[in-house]
Amino acid sequence: MISESRIRALLIVGIALLAFVAVLSAMLVAGGYSPVRAALALWSGSMGSWYSISSATLVRAVPLMLTGCGVAVAFRAGVFNVGAEGQLIVGAAAAAGIALSLPHAGAAGIVAALVAGAVAGCGWAGIAAVLRARFGVLEVISTIMLNFVALHGVSYLVRGPLQEPTRIYPQSSSIAETLRLPRFPGAGRLHVGMLIALAILLVSGWIFRYTAAGFRLRSVGESPLASASAGRIDVRATTMRAFLASGALAGLGGAIEVLGVTYALYENISPGYGYTAIAVALVANLDPWRIILSATLFAALEAGASAMQRDAGIPAAFVSIIEAVLILAVIGTQAVRRRSLINAGATTAGSV
Amino acid sequence: MSEVLTPFFSATIRTATPLALAALGEVLVERAGLINLGLEGAILAGAFGSLVGATAGGLVSGYAGAVCGGLIVAAVFAVLVIWLKADQIITGTAITLLSAGATGTLYRFWYGTAGAALGTPTSTPISLPGLARIPLIGPAFFAQPLMTYLAYILVPLLAWWLRATHAGLALRAIGERPAAAEAAGIRVTRVRVAAVLAGGVLGGLAGGTLVLAQAGTFVEGMSAGRGFIAVSIVVLGRWNPVGVALAALVFGAASALQFAFQAMGWHAPYQLFLVAPYLLTLAGLAGVMGRARPPQSLGKPL
Repeated sequence: MISESRIRALLIVGIALLAFVAVLSAMLVAGGYSPVRAALALWSGSMGSWYSISSATLVRAVPLMLTGCGVAVAFRAGVFNVGAEGQLIVGAAAAAGIALSLPHAGAAGIVAALVAGAVAGCGWAGIAAVLRARFGVLEVISTIMLNFVALHGVSYLVRGPLQEPTRIYPQSSSIAETLRLPRFPGAGRLHVGMLIALAILLVSGWIFRYTAAGFRLRSVGESPLASASAGRIDVRATTMRAFLASGALAGLGGAIEVLGVTYALYENISPGYGYTAIAVALVANLDPWRIILSATLFAALEAGASAMQRDAGIPAAFVSIIEAVLILAVIGTQAVRRRSLINAGATTAGSV
Repeated sequence: MSEVLTPFFSATIRTATPLALAALGEVLVERAGLINLGLEGAILAGAFGSLVGATAGGLVSGYAGAVCGGLIVAAVFAVLVIWLKADQIITGTAITLLSAGATGTLYRFWYGTAGAALGTPTSTPISLPGLARIPLIGPAFFAQPLMTYLAYILVPLLAWWLRATHAGLALRAIGERPAAAEAAGIRVTRVRVAAVLAGGVLGGLAGGTLVLAQAGTFVEGMSAGRGFIAVSIVVLGRWNPVGVALAALVFGAASALQFAFQAMGWHAPYQLFLVAPYLLTLAGLAGVMGRARPPQSLGKPL
């Protein structure tokens, strides 16, 4: 029975994937592009050479790992923080601000900038967390609103207080060389931020699985009422902590992006990492260990997308279709699975 | 005075129109117990649909395209949430991302990189005889494009429909107690699908208004959070059409302040005006949320 239904499920997934690829190819053909060339560009830009693996894919995986982990922490606790984008942006701005004002601080400056980024992201999420806890404002709305505010705020900073001295470009000056995160020798643009991200994901996964804090998190997310009454868990404090932690992770991601990749604050510091993070976390089933893989997968997609735009002229927005459909596929299959569980329960228990 | 106030009122109505249309649609959806955050995606799809329609066949087909765009997005939401019973919040968010990706890609595909210069035929203001000549407010309220008048008509119509018709009562019953409504013989699934599709039509028209009556062109991501603001407006308007219209006007006025300030010669960083609607949303929600009573089954898993 089980194997039969599993075969059927795999068949459905396979057919859905084929159909999806067919639709994407049809879109490309209709747009006058060659799907084969697109696929080749996607491959060579993301996985085709050591340079594209290290300098394109893995470099992009770092912010996705951190923001993805942030989204996972929040979603696990039942907090729909879709504001990773804004939290990443303010983290980047804070880190740039600190790094620019401490040009001679060396390693201490790096630590200060990273901490500032995490704190800023935490604070930005904190606004939405307080609005939810104190006023019951739906965090999906508030975090999205705060994303727009952060975006315009950075646009103000790079045209105002943090603009480079010639006042021509909407960006900050570059941070001192001693404040940049070192790169791995022989790995192109890949920097040690990758180690920070990996360490955080490994530790978070361990916390989720094996600690009381991780249990509280999952328990609150799955059933706040049961947690409060049976488990004597402080639901409010747990969700609040999860919300703040998720903001801190995204903010740290922004700080690492400035110190390791861009070396300056730009208006478009993030190509939507905070939104991709939702896909990263959901595809990984909100498990930090699996996020290592899913973040790399999506980083490869984004890296490949830039290559497609460069080599085949296909708009990079194309990849966001793939991402969104992956999210919908994941929640769709989860819903189907849940429903079949309910139906199975109904036949034995006699009621739903 | 009127050289400042008339443009200010005018800008208020102009900004409020798409917000009101989208929010009125969302009222129907939320009164049926669902929360559709894909509204942002519906507006964007409507905007793109209106571009496609208008470049192919002028204004009327532009609005038809807007309706189609909104309907497609709403249909995806209906399938996932009502049929598959997927999580409403995540589905809505993902649909918005999907719409942003799809419209951006198709726009580049079909209109190339030179697309920005593309102008669509625009919906010109229609002056209502007599009313448009009322001093101060006449030109602002009664010399507007067609969609503004649609919003004027929809507000009392929907208010009456929700309050006084059987179908409106059924919709409200579903939002409060879906199981009881089902037991009373109301086809819950069918009504919910209809509500979501109606919300998609109005969201699409809101997007069409942005293109055909305001910008005259399509810009990637041009909905700029209006869908989420509209969802907030529904809360601020306490789920009834008249309240929603008033809340939309407040938002329109807040966004229009920049024109008034410019006219009066005040200088502030322009980003301050750009963030005003978002900050107002947050402040408004914080002020109202504790006291408002949403439909009881709102957002609950089906």
